[in-house]
Amino acid sequence: MSAALLRINALNAWYGESHVLHGVDVEVNEGEVVTLLGRNGAGRTTTLRSVLGLVGRRTGAVMINGRDAIGLSPHKIARLGVGYCPEERGIYSSLSTEENLLLPPLLGAHGMPLDEIYAMFPNLEKRRASRGTHLSGGEQQMLALARILRTGARLLLLDEISEGLAPVIVQALARTITALKEKGYTIVMVEQNFRFAAPLADRFYIMERGRIVEGFAASELQGRMSMLHEFLGV
Amino acid sequence: MSETFGIPVAVILGQLTLGLVNGSFYALLSLGLAVIFGLMGVVNFAHGAFYTLGAFAALLGLQYFGVNYWAALVLAPLAVGLVGVIVERLFLRHLYQLDPLYGLLLTFGLALIVEGSLHQVFGASGQSYPVPDSLSGVLNLHFMFLPLYRAWVIVASVVACFGTWFIIERTSLGASLRAATENAPLLQAFGVNVPLLKAATYGGGVALAALAGVLASPVVLVNSHMGTSLVIVVFAVVVIGGMGSILGAIVTGLALGVIEGFTKVIYPEASNIVVFIIMALVLMIRPAGLFGKD
Repeated sequence: MSAALLRINALNAWYGESHVLHGVDVEVNEGEVVTLLGRNGAGRTTTLRSVLGLVGRRTGAVMINGRDAIGLSPHKIARLGVGYCPEERGIYSSLSTEENLLLPPLLGAHGMPLDEIYAMFPNLEKRRASRGTHLSGGEQQMLALARILRTGARLLLLDEISEGLAPVIVQALARTITALKEKGYTIVMVEQNFRFAAPLADRFYIMERGRIVEGFAASELQGRMSMLHEFLGV
Repeated sequence: MSETFGIPVAVILGQLTLGLVNGSFYALLSLGLAVIFGLMGVVNFAHGAFYTLGAFAALLGLQYFGVNYWAALVLAPLAVGLVGVIVERLFLRHLYQLDPLYGLLLTFGLALIVEGSLHQVFGASGQSYPVPDSLSGVLNLHFMFLPLYRAWVIVASVVACFGTWFIIERTSLGASLRAATENAPLLQAFGVNVPLLKAATYGGGVALAALAGVLASPVVLVNSHMGTSLVIVVFAVVVIGGMGSILGAIVTGLALGVIEGFTKVIYPEASNIVVFIIMALVLMIRPAGLFGKD
């Protein structure tokens, strides 16, 4: 097994006065796809935001590529090779599609070239001059994903990327994630859509009330279905 | 000679041209205010003080170091911009989490300190800055003789305004600035050094004020309070144009200068308040300003 690209140890996080993460431990190996499952408010989004330093206060350890990121500012954490797709997609309305795409600075030498991105997401090329927020929901999601692929980030944090999209778009997204996995990207997904996440992930973590309650490999999935019913209602 | 409203056309055109010169200063100053407010949410009350500092930097540079006008046009905004960056790093950045009122109070206090210190050292009477030789002629526009220097002020400020607009709307740096206005934390999570971007924005905004100060130094008396009255009008310009609107600040600045000039011809008594009357009207009809988004 390869080394852990992301190791989260005893992570606590606060929004103002409220303590939302209580000692979260997550390990993601290089090239793995790991999915955080759980109900709304279980702390999955906060876990991703804590990795990036976007919460008020945090304690514990976040090791990215062997570097401790807990004391770093968000822009320095990103420069360790982290790409982030926020739940609300974060498409900028005052920027065109192409400006959105070119906005994040390059983080590594191995960013996906623009022609490869346009080959993967042809709609983005067609609509490059449109305002970012004039795209359809599916196109905006593609843009949010393409935006971080261009930077050369190798660790992708994807928050609810299938949310609110038509089934045909969700299928296209699943193919994209599979393709990225084959290219060796390391991916952490937060997903509500279990059917979307199940065939893609190598491992799963289940969160509940700001804690990891269970972690298991995809091969153990069948044996865990009753527990998943209990925690997620799937 | 032909007349309109019983006023010679030449007089009207003359006042409109002079209004355009004043409008050039309004545009440059309100542009800096709009950039700072748009990106940082700071109501920069020290803007007039930075304008004054720009003029003093040019004057003192000439008197003590022999820095000529053209060099001052570059060096004074750079120096004042650097002061702005230091102010942002030392003070302003601690206030972003708080109510915008705190930023306003801080910059207001800063303006009082700067103006008071200049008054203490240089006294109340103004000093004149010589018009550079190459701009000392007069331009014959047929309806009036325009001092060449005033024509230069219009050209220089339009170029500076358009240049700023171009940087913000058409370059990748500008895309980052616009993105930071909309959602700064996410931009930082992409790897952009947002704190640096904010400091640079404040520095750039006050550098524009300093540029206006240098441009003004040969046409006004350089004194510690030259920015005080001007900044009030400029705030009205920004409100009329729409807080934070780049294009709104430029267009409104120039237009209000012209309107003010026109008022001087038809009803001189109102020329000092016409800007505020327009502000009141605009606020009643379009509270977000002429170019603002609700």
